[in-house]
Amino acid sequence: MSLQPAIFYFLAAFILVSTGLAITRRNLVHVVVFLIFSFLGSAMLFFLLGAPFLAALEVIIYAGAIMILFLFVIMMLRVDLAEKTGLSLRRWLPSIVIGFPFLALSALAVFREPGSAEILKSATVGPGGFGRFVFERYWLAVEIISILLLLALLAAVLVGRGGNQKASPTESEAGEES
Amino acid sequence: MIVPFNHVLMLAGAVLFLGLICVLTRRNLIMTLIGIEIMMNAAAIAFVGAALHWQRIDGQAFVLFILGVAATEVAVGLALVVAAHRITGSVDPDRYDFLRW
Repeated sequence: MSLQPAIFYFLAAFILVSTGLAITRRNLVHVVVFLIFSFLGSAMLFFLLGAPFLAALEVIIYAGAIMILFLFVIMMLRVDLAEKTGLSLRRWLPSIVIGFPFLALSALAVFREPGSAEILKSATVGPGGFGRFVFERYWLAVEIISILLLLALLAAVLVGRGGNQKASPTESEAGEES
Repeated sequence: MIVPFNHVLMLAGAVLFLGLICVLTRRNLIMTLIGIEIMMNAAAIAFVGAALHWQRIDGQAFVLFILGVAATEVAVGLALVVAAHRITGSVDPDRYDFLRW
């Protein structure tokens, strides 16, 4: 049974490499494509860790809906690729001060924890059992999430609509003065 | 039978670190949102690993709510980015620093 660790380490390397490529590309369409690969790797990881329903949801929501939303906005805004890149210290200082100590401390905390070196035992829960569990114990949270999605829909429509005000700031100032 | 639990947690920590780097170094509102999505995905990985470690389904149920919150966050965030782009003409956060339009 050494197949599952091999699959896990392959998926971990796949996720880390595709995410690392995604956060360093300048072209935003390339970023979205690499992130889709990263989220597909995460979905396979969920499947390995015994959550097939969540793996399907990860593909549908993350790799499908969210990334396509990003792609729509990127193509709609025609984002210029003139973002300043490079290795200036002023841009990388926050990452060095915050990111690397976080990584070191989390590694220390995880590996010094005595009970965390246990080998995970394989177990899986199917969609039926998972849905029954969620709607027996967490039905209120499901309703709250649905209300949150409705509010997000309204907020996105209100914020993104615009256009019915005056056309440009100069015209609106002229209108206020007259 | 699969792997030690701390390896799963370290994978989640490394993915969260990459998302943090993305938020902190990229001068781009869309890349900031993408970094937040990466960090949420890392939290979901940690929750699924913990659900398997303690043999409880609660962790997987929480990942369902993480997915819902990620979807709402990206919808509202991208609407705000579109509004910011309409006002300033760019997605550079440094250009988006005034309170009237």
